[in-house]
Amino acid sequence: MDIQLEIRDLTVAIDEVEILHGINLTVPKGEVHAIMGPNGSGKSTLSQAIFGHPKYAITGGSINFKGQDIVALAPDKRANLGLFLAFQSPNAVPGVKISTFLKQAVNARRRATDPDAKVLKIREYRELLEGTMDTLHMKREFADRYLNDGFSGGEKKKSEILQMAVLNPDIAVVDEIDSGLDVDALRVVAAGINTLREQNQMGVLIITHYPRILKYIEPDAVHIMMDGNIVNSGDKSLAHKIEEQGYDWLRA
Amino acid sequence: MADTNKQGGIFSGLDRETFEHRNQSDYATAAQRGITESLVRKISANKNEPDWMLDIRLEGLRLFQEKPLPTWGPDLSKLNFDEIIYYAAPDEIVEGNKSWEDVPTDVKETFERLGIPEAERKVLAGVGAQYESETVYHRLREEWESLGVIFEDMDIAVQRYPEIVQKYFMKKCVPPSDHKFAALHAAVWSGGTFLYVPAGVKVTQPLQAYFRMNAKNMGQFEHTLMIIEEGAEAHYIEGCSAPKYGANSLHAGCVEIFVKKSGHFRYSSVENWSADTYNLNTKRSIVEEDGHMEWVGGNMGSGVTMLYPCSILIGRRAHADHLGIAFAGAGQIQDTGAKVFHSASETTSNIVMKSLSKDGGASIYRGLIQVASHANDVVSNVKCDALILDDHSKSDTVPQMKIQNNTASIAHEASAGRISTEDIFYLQTRGLTEDEATAMVVNGFIEPIVKELPLEYAVEMNRLIELEMEGSVG
Repeated sequence: MDIQLEIRDLTVAIDEVEILHGINLTVPKGEVHAIMGPNGSGKSTLSQAIFGHPKYAITGGSINFKGQDIVALAPDKRANLGLFLAFQSPNAVPGVKISTFLKQAVNARRRATDPDAKVLKIREYRELLEGTMDTLHMKREFADRYLNDGFSGGEKKKSEILQMAVLNPDIAVVDEIDSGLDVDALRVVAAGINTLREQNQMGVLIITHYPRILKYIEPDAVHIMMDGNIVNSGDKSLAHKIEEQGYDWLRA
Repeated sequence: MADTNKQGGIFSGLDRETFEHRNQSDYATAAQRGITESLVRKISANKNEPDWMLDIRLEGLRLFQEKPLPTWGPDLSKLNFDEIIYYAAPDEIVEGNKSWEDVPTDVKETFERLGIPEAERKVLAGVGAQYESETVYHRLREEWESLGVIFEDMDIAVQRYPEIVQKYFMKKCVPPSDHKFAALHAAVWSGGTFLYVPAGVKVTQPLQAYFRMNAKNMGQFEHTLMIIEEGAEAHYIEGCSAPKYGANSLHAGCVEIFVKKSGHFRYSSVENWSADTYNLNTKRSIVEEDGHMEWVGGNMGSGVTMLYPCSILIGRRAHADHLGIAFAGAGQIQDTGAKVFHSASETTSNIVMKSLSKDGGASIYRGLIQVASHANDVVSNVKCDALILDDHSKSDTVPQMKIQNNTASIAHEASAGRISTEDIFYLQTRGLTEDEATAMVVNGFIEPIVKELPLEYAVEMNRLIELEMEGSVG
């Protein structure tokens, strides 16, 4: 069976207030889907709920991935099945180097895939990390920095893309990655995502307010979310229409 | 055992179950409880000490009986001086685990998980009398000895180097009159380490106390005396995470360090005492002109800890660094900090303290920076950060500044925080379990201190934290 992230009738509440009212969405591996919507429409709630953030209670529906409903799984179990969430504004973890952290993450993923997998040798890991950084045109010193500690907005996004590339997920959810980026940084980030998409058939769910990023990463499908519902779906022309007309025409 | 494993972390369970309970009755059979003049005289006679040392002991006893308990800091009222075994002669000690085979399987497994080399495991389990690596350390000692370095058991140093010991021992640095526990220490001290580094000698390898850990009869009142002569350099490391045998519930050690002109000394220690211990340790150094003193310390374990390494900067441009980590778990009070006396001009100090509290533990930073009126252009930076791992644990900061010279530049920065749900969630989305994520945040928090430790200690410290974090959340 083809790998896909399949969300069915998903309802999500924060502090017993329902935010998402029954989301249906399927993202197959190899495809790029975009969720667009104005602020407060529930886009980021969806991304956090997919990964099991403790603040977001799933009150109904299912999230299926690789043959199982992942709703009851801990966030790390979901990740180790092959999902990745690129954060809009990731927290800093002072004192922990990117390279140290990613090594543990890579090994956790390997263990989850194959319980008998050996821990990567230092040399193997270095080849993986440095090879990936070269592909992404990143300076190797970057991996010696403490995770997101004192990073600019652009550096945080690069850090997310590096982690994504090293962990090589089947499906990545990319949450407002373009916010606060200048055009150059946006190009770097988009190139990283496109490379993974082409090389590894990574599926992508892009969550964005603005259509700008979709000029750099071409979507196969665009979904519009408003007030906790997906109100419209279409191809990339839908993104053009949003760019020209905004969201108001979708309001009843 | 199973219960303490889960609740208090594997290592603390190891202390409680293995190192106290199992040996308590054995240890207590022959030795006397409580302190008397005859006991003090017996200690001195057993060790065949010169009269001047007996005089220090008797003076200590007199002062101990006179002085009240400290009225500040943690409650010490439950400490019963009559219940404590202050000294056990070698023939009064009943050995615990005689051989590696007698050590319980779960303890062995814990050592394996910690990655402690087998030789060291045996020491930790109290069966290290035949410590295989001892010859290695002996060889190193010969190398130092040819340079005039003396690195010796404190009891032996009293016999072999009485003129040096008498000149420094509990005189200027920590006199018996200093406080009640210094007085007690003077009366009953036993064992410890003596280090003398002659002028100009730079000992590049860290001096480790491993060889000393085998010594039988290493009491809980050990004395450490270190003299770093002019222009000399050394780094001393005291045993890492060594759970102690014996039922004594009081540890009152004393460390005296003299750093002479342009000398450079680093003292690193990781203390991990059993959970019912009162760890009331006195550590102090006197630093002369252009001298450099560094304290690097990790405190885990013990019930109540009161420990404030102190640097007295008496020469121009003398400098002190204090780096420390305190970890307070269930039922523990870690009252630790640093004291620096700036008694000369252009002296500088840098204090970085990190504390962790978990499972209801309390970490208190208690510090003192004092600048004498005649000391100009003093610079001192203090930074203490607390990480509180759950809702029922505590942290507090009690900084004291006595600045009598207005050219001083003093900075104090303190922070207290909790591990956020967002941090943990972020790391979990990368495939780390909740426990692994917590351990990673904690290890990052203490990284500035741990990176100052030698590699093998740093690794062990990190592993210890990971074990402490297991099952701590959710």
